[in-house]
Amino acid sequence: MSEDTAKDGPNRRKFLTGAAIAGVAPAIATPAAAQGAAPRQVPSALPPTVTQIAAETGTPGEINRLGGKPGSDFMVDVMKTLDFKYTPSNCASSFRALHESLINYGENKAPEYLSCMHEESGVGMAHGYFKITGKPLMTMVHGTVGLQHATMAIYNAYCDRVPVIIIGGNDMDAATRPPGVPTFHSAQDINAIVRDYTKWDDTPTTLQAFAQTMVRGYKIAMTPPYGPVSISLDAGLQQEPIAAGKNLYIPKFTMPSPPAGEMGAVKDAARMLVNAENPVIVADRAARTPKGVGLLVELAELLQCSVVDQGNRMNFPNMHHLARPLGAVAQADVIMGLELSDFWGVVNTYTDNGVHGIGINGTRAKATAKLISISSVELLTKSNYQDFQRFQSVDISMPADAEATLPALIEAVKSELTADRKNAIAQRGERAKKVREDIRARELAAASLAWDASPISTARMCMELYAQIKDLDWSLVASEGNVSNWPNRLWKMDKHHHWLGRSGGYGVGYGAPASVGAALANRDLGRFSVSIQSDGDLMFAPGVLWTAAKHKIPMLSIMHNNRAWHQEVMHIQRMASFRNRPSNYGGDDGPVGTMIQNPDVEYHKLAESMGWWAKGPIKDPAQLGPAIREAIAVVKSGQPALLNVWTQPR
Amino acid sequence: MRMTKIITAAAISLLALSSAAYAAGDAKKGKVAFEKNGCWQCHGYQGQGGVAGPVLQRTQLPYEALNNFVRETSGAMPPFSKKILSDGDLEDIYAYLQSIPAPADPKTIKLLNP
Ligand code: HEC
Repeated sequence: MSEDTAKDGPNRRKFLTGAAIAGVAPAIATPAAAQGAAPRQVPSALPPTVTQIAAETGTPGEINRLGGKPGSDFMVDVMKTLDFKYTPSNCASSFRALHESLINYGENKAPEYLSCMHEESGVGMAHGYFKITGKPLMTMVHGTVGLQHATMAIYNAYCDRVPVIIIGGNDMDAATRPPGVPTFHSAQDINAIVRDYTKWDDTPTTLQAFAQTMVRGYKIAMTPPYGPVSISLDAGLQQEPIAAGKNLYIPKFTMPSPPAGEMGAVKDAARMLVNAENPVIVADRAARTPKGVGLLVELAELLQCSVVDQGNRMNFPNMHHLARPLGAVAQADVIMGLELSDFWGVVNTYTDNGVHGIGINGTRAKATAKLISISSVELLTKSNYQDFQRFQSVDISMPADAEATLPALIEAVKSELTADRKNAIAQRGERAKKVREDIRARELAAASLAWDASPISTARMCMELYAQIKDLDWSLVASEGNVSNWPNRLWKMDKHHHWLGRSGGYGVGYGAPASVGAALANRDLGRFSVSIQSDGDLMFAPGVLWTAAKHKIPMLSIMHNNRAWHQEVMHIQRMASFRNRPSNYGGDDGPVGTMIQNPDVEYHKLAESMGWWAKGPIKDPAQLGPAIREAIAVVKSGQPALLNVWTQPR
Repeated sequence: MRMTKIITAAAISLLALSSAAYAAGDAKKGKVAFEKNGCWQCHGYQGQGGVAGPVLQRTQLPYEALNNFVRETSGAMPPFSKKILSDGDLEDIYAYLQSIPAPADPKTIKLLNP
């Protein structure tokens, strides 16, 4: 189908026929035969034929039934220039040629193939991996059914502004592709499945176009706001040989610089911040890289202003005297939002279920507060999915990358600072230190409640864990299933890898694969990975546990097993109460259809069956510390370990 | 605004009401009612609170204020009418909440002082 492929040489369909003929002519020497595969039994009376002698003794000649370098080998050449370290994927016929090229021609290095049991796991692993390394992975999927499996994870990556390169195999030539299953698995336009929540997609029809698509796709994915890119790869294009005399080239990739705010707007913002009595910075995905944390600290300290970290990345050290919960915006006269996913929700409130079953809007911030927004997401807005949230009017709007804008903003703030303002700002800082101590005391008092409860309180579980990891170079690779935010409230988090944020689109099932992907990245950096793994999240695609064991990815997974999809437990209860009727528990502890009990899932056995060290169920808080100690020793030896802990609901 | 209403109600009740109304509550039965009616879902099995609901154990609210709140609520909590949760059960719940022992001083809990 392509002008790059050999017109006269053996084409893909002939190759298939050739393979069939080879199957009935075993006497032709193959490398396998030469390496000692058992020779065919022949009666001893008959002398061996010339062919048989050649098969057993001769050096096999070069055979290339394709008549040239396969297209997919060139694809591997292109991929290698982009330096993907891994490709977590679930195997499928529509990319068999590329798969074969990667592991044989590409020697299974850069990228190394990681076996996944579900496409959602492959994308989720790439998601978590990126948050540690800042480098995207590529994942291959069967173009239709595999991509369908992958969709929720792609949506999460899209909402979380994380680049993933998705390669979907698709056998496009209806006249030549095999009928039956492969045709069920083909589509005109597989990218249509994910177009609403990818940054870009393409369907290259020649190898040269593929090289451009791949480099362009990588560049688009890596330009803030980052996002997933989907490439449909024709099976024929992968399988056919490169036409003789074709001079294919690989475009050079240059890392794009992130878009920074316009200087006029930056200066206006600086003036507003310096002259405010009580400015508050709210950060969500502001620290795109570890450098962002330092920049935000520098700015906050210059202004001695409160910083609310909304936690979709580790933006600001949580024990810093300027770190504050969201309530701080109530007193603000200037609020600057950095890469917020929901500015409306920062300055407003929403109470679920008013009298008529409709939510009640309220305000959190003063009506007079001036608002500044720096967000790259405004450079990428699509229509269908509502990740752009409610519209919020602001006073200064910079559609730009926050981290890239901070250096200029810091300089602008410095040049606005007069002696007077410096004095007032210093006093604000002193007051802030006292408030911080009070917050800490309140958090500790709250954590002490139900300390000895069984099921184990989430505060106790988190602190049992923290006590044993705090002196390691630790990374909380995922915390799914809501443990009342205890790690963010009580652990000392000052490094970007201490907290990786959430899923982005809140599609449940992110925690397990993302934690494995991040743990893979941490393994290569010699770092200790720990995940707070909820029960509901794990059960969507638990096969990723096997992937972790298979590829020797050490991590400690401590389960927040509250035996329910607990958010839904509360939703159904809410509905029932508002409708003035009792909720039907159907013999469980909560509403029918929301509980994961009767029977209880034995997660420790599930993990054990897939090569993990595991223990549980742990219901007595006194047993938790010793179990964590054992598990940590196992993880340090290179094996993943899971503790099935029965916990309080939140 | 809602909270102000609750707090005012609580303050008035503190001044005006005796504790006779909840003295009748049975803490043991209250624990069962607390679980059966779903209070544990947002407040935790020991009313320890968390992101989904505030602390209830040893609540400072007098019984009447608590009763008023549970019947009307603020919208953030779903209301429980007498039809689905009787006054008797709520009294027992109140007794249960009051019976939960005070926690240790966080300064004495080693893990809370890392
Ligand atoms: C779906 C979640 C949910 C359930 C179920 C629930 N609550 Fe609440 N409750 C809340 C929330 C949220 C608040 C805080 C409301 C506010 O601040 O406006 C609250 C507040 C309260 C308060 C006021 C506390 C204070 O100090 O002001 C009381 C009392 C209370 N709940 C009792 C109960 C009882 C008793 C039950 C069971 C019959 C129950 N709740 C079930 C969510 C819930």
